[in-house]
Amino acid sequence: MIKIEVGPADFDVGRETQYVAGHGGGAIASFVGQVRDDSNLETLELEHYPAMTQKALEEIAETARSDWSLHAVTIIHRIGKLSVGENIVLVVTGSDHREAAIESCSFIMDRLKTVAPFWKKETRADGATKWIEERESDLAAAEKWKK
Amino acid sequence: MSRSINLVYFAWVRERLGLDQEMISLRDEVETIGDVVAILKARGAAYAEVLSDSEKLRFALDQDYATVGSTIGSAKELAIFPPVTGG
Repeated sequence: MIKIEVGPADFDVGRETQYVAGHGGGAIASFVGQVRDDSNLETLELEHYPAMTQKALEEIAETARSDWSLHAVTIIHRIGKLSVGENIVLVVTGSDHREAAIESCSFIMDRLKTVAPFWKKETRADGATKWIEERESDLAAAEKWKK
Repeated sequence: MSRSINLVYFAWVRERLGLDQEMISLRDEVETIGDVVAILKARGAAYAEVLSDSEKLRFALDQDYATVGSTIGSAKELAIFPPVTGG
């Protein structure tokens, strides 16, 4: 089972974890990404390419399901204006064993960061805005799964 | 005979062009994404500046990643955007 959601609405980590757990297994891994309290950050605005986002996230989830034995995968990504401490992204994976759950969750996040068409723009307290640039460390993290 | 393609722009590409999408017609000799980029760059200073460094740009044809050398074929939509920064 694969569940993908992209939109402005927040998510409930407990409920989403229960939802994945409900599909069997007994090993549930999750990752939550939130807006970091960087110096003077006022808001983070997330833009995406609607026609491509769903497809890109589904492909990532399908790859995870073919590489690991998973019962369920949930990926939720928010868009719009977010403040410090707010949720941005949630990945939950469910399997029979923890290695598969944890590794696939990590893989999905690494792929998502380098492939899914989202962009972040930060606004500082003084009103200055800046588009966030891609990080070499994210590219390296995604690269390590290629075999 | 000419075909047309919808160009869509995101993030700073969209902001700096002041445009989120536009339809352009392509002559038969236009084959690759690089050809389209060259046509756009010839349109004026704003395009030339924003598209100056293709290393800083990513492309998608009908919502699948593509490269400067990719053939347009019968694709209906070409997206031009910076490297992604979600998650």
